[in-house]
Amino acid sequence: MDAAIRQIGFRIRSLIPFLPKPNLRHAVGLVLLCVLGIPIAAGLIFTLLPAFGYLPSIGGHTLSLEPWRELFSYPGFATSLRITVTTGLAATVLALILSFSFCAVVHGRMRDRGADGLLAPLLAAPHAAMAIGLAFLMAPSGWLIRLVSPWLTGYTVPPDIATVQDPWGAALVTGLLIKELPFLLIVILAALNQIPVDQQMRAGRALGYGQGIVWIKIIAPQVYAQIRLPVYVVLAYSLSVVDMALILAPSNPPPLSVVAFKWFMAPDVTRTLPAAAAATLQLFVVAGAIGIWRLGERGVAGLGLWWTTRGGRGVSGEPGLKLAAALGTIILSLGLGSLIALAVWSLAWRWPFPDILPSTWSLDIWSRQAHALVWPLGNTVVLAAVTTGVALLLAIAWLEAGDRTGRRDRAIPWHPVYIPILLPQIAFLFGTQVLTLKLQLDGSFLAVAWAHFLFVFPYVLLALADPWKALDPRYARSAAALGASPTRTLIRIKLPILLQPIAIALAIGFAVSVAQYLPTLFAGGGRVATLTTEAVAMASGGDRRVVGVFAFMQTLLPLAVYLAALVIPRIVFANRQALAGRT
Amino acid sequence: MTKTQRLTVLSVLTSAVMALISGFGTAHADTWQDIASRARGKTVYWNAWGGDERTNSFIDWVGQQVQAQYGITVRQVKLSDTAEAVSRVAAEKTAGRDEAGSVDLIWINGPNFLSMKDMHLLYGPFTQLLPNYRYVDTIGKLSNVTDFTIPVDGMESPWRLAQVVFNYDSARLKEAPRTIEDFVPWAKAHPGRFTHPDVRDFMGATFLKQALIELAPDKKRLQQPATDADFAKETAPLWTWYEKLKPLLWRRGEQFPADGPAARQLLSDGEIDLSMSFDPAEAAAAVESGLLPDTIRTYTLSGGSIGNTSFVAIPYNSPHKEAAMVVADFLLDPATQAHAQDIRVLGSFTVLDLDKLSTQQRQLFADLPTSPALPTNADLGSVLLEPHPSWMTRITDEWMRRYVR
Repeated sequence: MDAAIRQIGFRIRSLIPFLPKPNLRHAVGLVLLCVLGIPIAAGLIFTLLPAFGYLPSIGGHTLSLEPWRELFSYPGFATSLRITVTTGLAATVLALILSFSFCAVVHGRMRDRGADGLLAPLLAAPHAAMAIGLAFLMAPSGWLIRLVSPWLTGYTVPPDIATVQDPWGAALVTGLLIKELPFLLIVILAALNQIPVDQQMRAGRALGYGQGIVWIKIIAPQVYAQIRLPVYVVLAYSLSVVDMALILAPSNPPPLSVVAFKWFMAPDVTRTLPAAAAATLQLFVVAGAIGIWRLGERGVAGLGLWWTTRGGRGVSGEPGLKLAAALGTIILSLGLGSLIALAVWSLAWRWPFPDILPSTWSLDIWSRQAHALVWPLGNTVVLAAVTTGVALLLAIAWLEAGDRTGRRDRAIPWHPVYIPILLPQIAFLFGTQVLTLKLQLDGSFLAVAWAHFLFVFPYVLLALADPWKALDPRYARSAAALGASPTRTLIRIKLPILLQPIAIALAIGFAVSVAQYLPTLFAGGGRVATLTTEAVAMASGGDRRVVGVFAFMQTLLPLAVYLAALVIPRIVFANRQALAGRT
Repeated sequence: MTKTQRLTVLSVLTSAVMALISGFGTAHADTWQDIASRARGKTVYWNAWGGDERTNSFIDWVGQQVQAQYGITVRQVKLSDTAEAVSRVAAEKTAGRDEAGSVDLIWINGPNFLSMKDMHLLYGPFTQLLPNYRYVDTIGKLSNVTDFTIPVDGMESPWRLAQVVFNYDSARLKEAPRTIEDFVPWAKAHPGRFTHPDVRDFMGATFLKQALIELAPDKKRLQQPATDADFAKETAPLWTWYEKLKPLLWRRGEQFPADGPAARQLLSDGEIDLSMSFDPAEAAAAVESGLLPDTIRTYTLSGGSIGNTSFVAIPYNSPHKEAAMVVADFLLDPATQAHAQDIRVLGSFTVLDLDKLSTQQRQLFADLPTSPALPTNADLGSVLLEPHPSWMTRITDEWMRRYVR
């Protein structure tokens, strides 16, 4: 294959002398361009055109601004937009502050691997499952109020206050934080490994600064520079989330992404036009927010530089950091509590207010759902396994190609392969659906797998890129010196050394695939049911026990893979401590 | 499907209709057997709202039965809104996918049926081909042939009945409102203890339609499409009434449960004392399955309440129409209907005319268990016809214009 490409390449080279010599990286790049680039480009175009009135199938042959007028005059539009912007920004800023503070307080006391194990359930749980559990935890009739009722509060019936779907979107922000905080924590812990934290801390302390201030002034800026891409991913996601918003966000009116989603799903096909306008606006909101965020970065950097160079001892960063870390701990506890609540509900028969535990327990719901679980469970597993497997092969090919061409570029945020996870899903999935319809692929397993791949691949690459680049190049050189071919070096040296990060990347890819809601719905035409689509469809049905079963399975599956990823390297390399990830 | 195959199906269908017209019972039976044999081995993608666990289990059971009896696999595509399936078929038509559509059967009625019928997205008429259709009550249960004032014309097949009822917790509540006007004084005495589902959901809109039927100056007008002038005139008393009720609702009428089951969850959690439902047996069945306390009672308004029928329809581009018809027919089987009416299963009232059944078949219904939460037919009072769908659309739009900020 390589040789064939080279031959074709030589012919093209004779025509265009400036073309670089084709190599493995070009081949992988070309594959990625087709697999990632085409659906996204088509998706954006087929969303943008209807946003300006062009949709020949329903008689829209000319460009117009009518869809935008319809969007702007829709009742509650201004509120929808405000909720989207405020909840998205608040969730990202808070996730950043809390994660940095949490790391500042616990770093050095907690070993990474321990953190991995503790955070695994929160990382693995799909957004929808988490939202369902949290909605029960926080509701006026939920677990938290039951814990203190009626003995403390006097409530024998739940109070009439909006603690979920509140008009400010606080419940949505909490839900987003539960998912984004663990993600940022893992990313920050990984970034910290690249920085000589202990030395810098000693130097800072010697200069008379408190531990907290050294963290804020010296360490945090270095870490931030490394985690910029994940922060943008969090920002884009928080601004455009749909499945979580359906459950936790206010509904009267809902955030912009939900408005677009509901219109896309409406029976009246003319709604597609304002839906496309809303989806396009969502794209602008995300682009604008990332732009503003970059400006904010500069502002903070300028201020921070002035503050740092000014010196100034005696200020203590500790109280603020500890407060934020405590808040972070509360958020993480809420997350674990939500998951436990789901599990308890799935085992309940009746659980009336204000009982702290179910009044009647039963395995009945599990046994009755067993038959209904089989098909979506099978789909979920096969989809996740196939997309993650392909994504891993391509990611390894891409990184190995980078090694062979001698390019060791950093994972810059603007690299095109990360576009799928920086774009709001609602802004291009409708267009992608049009593409699959035209290719006669819609509703097929392949279409859903493809849609999942768009999101699985960037995360797998993101997880694998840093450990791959951190691999000491002297191993490969020694192997080459001993006469091993590059492929043999890859298989016998690099991959075994990287087993731990590869396993983690697989687990992340698996969890990303399991969690996909919109891509499954749009590409699958509803015919490919997964645990996530079933759980969200049933979340509207009000039987928490059944939702508990599905959401619990939905969490258990990626969690099992995640734990396997942590444990397998330790078994395989039982006699090689460093390779087993026990460094 | 190739052209020849299509022609064969067409000729089979034509001969089936011919046989019916000429009244040859044997030929009819053969034809149905033909359809059933074509259906064998096929998979029916049944698009149905997935928010109700009992309905999902029932559909699962139907799948197991038709698999055993006819070799047909049923896959329920669980929708969070039936409109999703309508837009899917519409999108397929737009894309020119006239044969291998992705939807074989839809649980449908009212506005969704109207829009599919209008856009020519349905296959049919087919109900006259179904052997069990002869048991359907087309005289006493008018909603079986007129869906929201729209003639069904054999384009959808009935399978369950629905009627607006109210459920309350007798442990907390001694008196419940019996007329629409009663709701305001009742809510004053019990502020925050009642709510209706979001008006963008059909259940919420139905609550306002129920109020409209009682409050409109000219009730007959509601059976025709709404016009601007009539809409303003007929709904004026409705909005005056609603202005008084809204601030007394749960969350001061600023937030609403998404749909009927979400409202039932609120009732179960004790957040409200009174909720509405579109299924007279829902509460009894929910008590049976542990979803509601056994102190729940069901009643309906003294002036009668809105009722309608749930149907299944087959999209024009379904690749498995014969199999979909076999499933639709299975749903009308007296044994299936009796199973569905069991409160431990669905509890939904049958669409059949019990007088058309044999003694043995009738006995299946007589043997069903009962429950204190289950209203008798006398309790349910008279069934009021749904207004024309345009009233519902306009009510929803007007409600949003007034109350969504």
